[in-house]
Amino acid sequence: MYAQMIKSTGKGVKALEDMDPQERAFQERIDAGGKIEPKDWMPEGYRKTLIRQIGQHAHSEIVGQLPEGNWITRAPTLQRKAILLAKVQDEAGHGLYLYCAAETLGVSRDQLTRDLLSGKMKYSSIFNYPTLTWADMGAVGWLVDGAAIMNQVPLQRTSYGPYARAMVRICKEESFHQRQGFDIMMKMAQGTKAQRHMAQDALNRFWYPSLMMFGPSDKDSVHSAQSMAWKIKMNTNDELRQKFVDQTVPQAEHLGLAIPDEALRWNDERGHYDFSEPDWSEFYEVLKGNGPCSAERMAARNKAWDDGAWVREGLLAHAEKKRARKLAAE
Amino acid sequence: MSDPLFEFLCRMGDNALVLGHRVSEWCGVAPALEEDIALANTALDLVGQATLWLDLAAEVEGAGRDADALAFRRDVWDFRNLLLVEQPNGDFGQTMMRQFLFDAWHRAYLAALTDSSDTRIAAIAEKSLKEVTYHLDRSAETVIGLGDGTEESHRRMQTALDRLFPFVGEMFVTDEVDAAMITACIAPDPRSLRAGFDSYLAEVLAEAKLIQPSGDFSHKGGKSGARHSEHLGHMLTQMQWLQRAYPDATW
Ligand SMILES: [Fe+2]
Ligand SMILES: [Fe+2]
Ligand SMILES: [Fe+2]
Repeated sequence: MYAQMIKSTGKGVKALEDMDPQERAFQERIDAGGKIEPKDWMPEGYRKTLIRQIGQHAHSEIVGQLPEGNWITRAPTLQRKAILLAKVQDEAGHGLYLYCAAETLGVSRDQLTRDLLSGKMKYSSIFNYPTLTWADMGAVGWLVDGAAIMNQVPLQRTSYGPYARAMVRICKEESFHQRQGFDIMMKMAQGTKAQRHMAQDALNRFWYPSLMMFGPSDKDSVHSAQSMAWKIKMNTNDELRQKFVDQTVPQAEHLGLAIPDEALRWNDERGHYDFSEPDWSEFYEVLKGNGPCSAERMAARNKAWDDGAWVREGLLAHAEKKRARKLAAE
Repeated sequence: MSDPLFEFLCRMGDNALVLGHRVSEWCGVAPALEEDIALANTALDLVGQATLWLDLAAEVEGAGRDADALAFRRDVWDFRNLLLVEQPNGDFGQTMMRQFLFDAWHRAYLAALTDSSDTRIAAIAEKSLKEVTYHLDRSAETVIGLGDGTEESHRRMQTALDRLFPFVGEMFVTDEVDAAMITACIAPDPRSLRAGFDSYLAEVLAEAKLIQPSGDFSHKGGKSGARHSEHLGHMLTQMQWLQRAYPDATW
């Protein structure tokens, strides 16, 4: 999940009978499975929560280019290089769709970018972890894109039209990302001793950070309850995490890799795997900016933005000159 | 001289491979999201073209190598790319100026190759030409936009042009490999493309308000492999690292 700990109004969900007629009509439309479009009336809390959520998701796509970009220039074959380039290009495209969806709510891409660069807005904790070997490109596709899909597939049915439509486009590409990641893992797991070592090491390092992607348990969160009532969040964090574990364990077995959790076992009664929680204190440190690569990621984004200022200004100035010349000619 | 057809195919493949790699170095840090997408797209096209050319080179060579073996297991002296494409990225202006100068030559050269007597070459050229026409549209537009943008963007683009212009001449040098290709009607004489390139360049630079450097000095040694720049070796240490460190692995 690329949006974590999104704050909503914090006031808890209002009962229908406590709402004024406008808000009540809005909620009833959502309850009936209807879509909210940019021109429709919406509660301020709905708009603000969505901006936080879509913005954080967009930022995650953008920062998410960096850990994979780290290996594009070292990809081991021409085909792997091409696939990875195509994937990272997709992620930039996802960022673009999502910023466009956020813009329909009245916030500009520049504003969101400034909020990311100043540290006011966050991106997913997962992108603060380093990619150390080629197997990490496998693990990221398999686990990180895999976890993202868990969250994004239900969001195709989210109540906000532009967000739901962006998700439909994104989900098509994400499943390709996951497959190519699994394919890399497969090659590594079936490869030489060194490759198997890389594959297991990548799983060891990415397992718990992937579980953290869903965020801590939110079964008692007033923020999540409101977001779920508005259908901008479709499942609890625990539901999605469980689904992810249930899906991933057999895949790891298929690869012949061991999930680094002694407590992991099938629970017949529940019909699910039991598993260990990640270290949530690490998660909160990462959110505070103390992830292993947090400083580098933010520095890289800031440098890109600052170094690119003259380009953006230059192209803008040229477009204005062209417009003026055209006007003068008319 | 080794088989001139093999040499020629390595030249085509190595240009695309080396420039594709350089462009891919921009991943995630371009000046705007749209540029990230466009640069990744250009790199992707070029890596795809490199694969086609180098696979054909390996087939022609008949020594049991493939495109990956050529890309990842040759050392600097075996590379046959133009010096222009191995030049470092510099700022975004230098990257786009390098792209523009190469695209303008590449487009004209590929267009001529679509008439090659070797149908395999004509087919690769045809496919590449579509992609490269788009690259040139975009790089020319960017050179114009930034050349005729702000004072700073203009200054940076002029600096980039001054820095890279001495690498233009090598694209139009004709040597014994070219002579063999011309004789076999496989590829055009590079010299025959110079006039068209010059007039197109003059057109774009005029619109960009940039001044073409005087003098016709040109660095050489890339396409012959006689003397690459120091930059190529560093690129290869990164690009070839996994294949070199784990020679028994398949990926
Ligand atoms: Fe994505
Ligand atoms: Fe992603
Ligand atoms: Fe993805």
